[in-house]
Amino acid sequence: MSAEPTAPAIEARGLRRVYRTKPVDVVALDGVDLDVAAGEFFGLLGPNGAGKTTLIKILTTLLAPSGGSARIFGFDVERETKRIRRIMNMVAGGEQSGYGILTVREQLWMFSQFYGLPGGEGWRRVDELIDAVGLGEQRVQRVGTLSTGQRQKMNFARGLLNDPWILFLDEPTLGLDVGAARSVRELVLSWQESVAGRTVLLTTHYMAEADELCERIAIVDHGRILAIGTPAELKRRVQRESVFRLELDRLDGGATALARLPGVVSAVPAATDGQAGAGATPRQTVVLSLVLHDDAALGGVVAALDPLGAHIVALQKSEPSLEDVFVELVGRGFGDDEPTEEPPISDGRGPGAAAVPGATNGAGPGRAAGADVGPHELGEPDPEELLT
Amino acid sequence: MTATSIRPRSGGRPARDPFIGRPTASPQAAAEWTRRQVVMANLRSVRGRAYPRVTGLFREKSWLLFEILLPFLTTSAFVFVYRALQAPPEYIGFVVVGGAMSAFWLNVVWMMAAQLYWEKDQGNLELYFAAPMDVMSVLFGMALGGMVMSSSRAIAVLVVATLVYGVTFAVDQWLLLGLVFLLTLAALYGLGMILSSLFLMWGREAWHMTQLLVEPVYFVSGLNFPVARLGMLGALAVATIPLAVGLDAIRQLCFVGTDVSLLPPGVEALILAIMAVVFTLAARASLRILERRARIEGRLTARWR
Repeated sequence: MSAEPTAPAIEARGLRRVYRTKPVDVVALDGVDLDVAAGEFFGLLGPNGAGKTTLIKILTTLLAPSGGSARIFGFDVERETKRIRRIMNMVAGGEQSGYGILTVREQLWMFSQFYGLPGGEGWRRVDELIDAVGLGEQRVQRVGTLSTGQRQKMNFARGLLNDPWILFLDEPTLGLDVGAARSVRELVLSWQESVAGRTVLLTTHYMAEADELCERIAIVDHGRILAIGTPAELKRRVQRESVFRLELDRLDGGATALARLPGVVSAVPAATDGQAGAGATPRQTVVLSLVLHDDAALGGVVAALDPLGAHIVALQKSEPSLEDVFVELVGRGFGDDEPTEEPPISDGRGPGAAAVPGATNGAGPGRAAGADVGPHELGEPDPEELLT
Repeated sequence: MTATSIRPRSGGRPARDPFIGRPTASPQAAAEWTRRQVVMANLRSVRGRAYPRVTGLFREKSWLLFEILLPFLTTSAFVFVYRALQAPPEYIGFVVVGGAMSAFWLNVVWMMAAQLYWEKDQGNLELYFAAPMDVMSVLFGMALGGMVMSSSRAIAVLVVATLVYGVTFAVDQWLLLGLVFLLTLAALYGLGMILSSLFLMWGREAWHMTQLLVEPVYFVSGLNFPVARLGMLGALAVATIPLAVGLDAIRQLCFVGTDVSLLPPGVEALILAIMAVVFTLAARASLRILERRARIEGRLTARWR
């Protein structure tokens, strides 16, 4: 055994993956360096085609890297695949695995056998997990009749059958409604926190999900890690000024009166619900987006309001979002990404993961706050569904 | 935090927490399996993969009807032809045995050869490759489940057709008959295991390839007539297709005294045994190649590629 007892959960060095395609090869991963500590909840954030799924496939031993190396708890992903498979599991969003003819309980038991659980213990474990994920009422319901949310809960239970030390979640809430997505996130968190050392690698393109769940995040695009850090560290990267949302009962001199004050960078009508950019609300108040050089300038603004006949209704400091971080790093928003499946076309630049100043390679200081489904091309029935 | 510090946080009875199944001291300890654990995991995987097929046998009873009725109708057509031609009575038996054995070949091409392709399409294949067991266990499980499923259908066809058409069996080597039957299944499903990997490697037209395999094999196997009547072609079929060898041997053993056979049943049993071993080894090799290609090319296990 080559693994060390103190090995990090994930250790990747210069990881590279090239798909041989015509007319040009496609570089899906372009020199990825990554360290994830045992017990960490780590997120990979990036648009479709960024290389997230390729990275997960390499780490789960399903895909061989074209260059570089990767280890899971010290085990090499190319040479020690069986050992890695004994301690990891994976769940993907939109997963349709298994057989619709089986009940939830039977399906999970079948998968428990693939992890070597004795028959009786497998049934017990399945029942425990069914209750834990809240599928008690669907226990003997056929898999083919489950809703998308129920199906994903079942998939999550499947991912926990072998008590993995590391769980790979590839867009686990893809296609789920708000309630089901929240439920899955809560399950993941409670599972991860119940035993020290359990590690989660989550890929998502939902900013809020990454922000809520992950202790550290790597922002990925075009096969490269652009930045790594805690959500707070990443946000600080783009927060050079203080931004406030100021709601006033009236403002006689207009926003320009405030914009002229010392320490104020800008004061503009803010977007409000249903009236974007208008700066007015249904309550007949005035909402401004106030950008200051620093927080100290706020005192001068507050003092200047009374002479302007204005009174504060609400004042809120605005935090930059992870999307702001992504825009800063990539130069475009998530919504502007190329609508391609992995693998993406590389821009040919070399590796260059730029760690956020202050970010650590080990576990971060604490929590801050899919798989694509192709069409059934042939349109034929699955014989397992029909004939068995 | 280091892996050496990993312990259940609660410190109480971890099994009470549904998210704690079998606590292990560290990932490194959990990754080390004894030889017995490996063997047992593979055996359990065989059982696990056979489960949906055996369960489905009792769950979708409507299919049982079709699987009995359709082969019975096909068999009946040949029975009436042979009767019209006043063929020897054992020919009726040949057709009935052939009709029963067709269940296995249908199962092999539809639910073995094409199965990995469909598993890939459903997203199961990735999970199989990502699990710690040998993927051969999955193929063995599919084969085992298929044998159970098809046996029930074959027996049903055999019983119904025998009763309806009054077939009289004359068996004096029951042991050899049982052995030949089992060897036929082993060789057939071994071939199915090879085909499952090849279908996946060759591409997306599993549906058409499956259809392509059914009727030609029926013909050269002599499903509805003694394969010896094919002459040289029959001999070639015997050399390559387990169904042809098995059927020829089973017919000889079920209807003692028949003079339309290719080789003595003992020799055919030996051929079947060799086929079973060779096909199983070849299936293992092709699966290894498949897995290697899947990891290198990154497209064989993923359904969206």
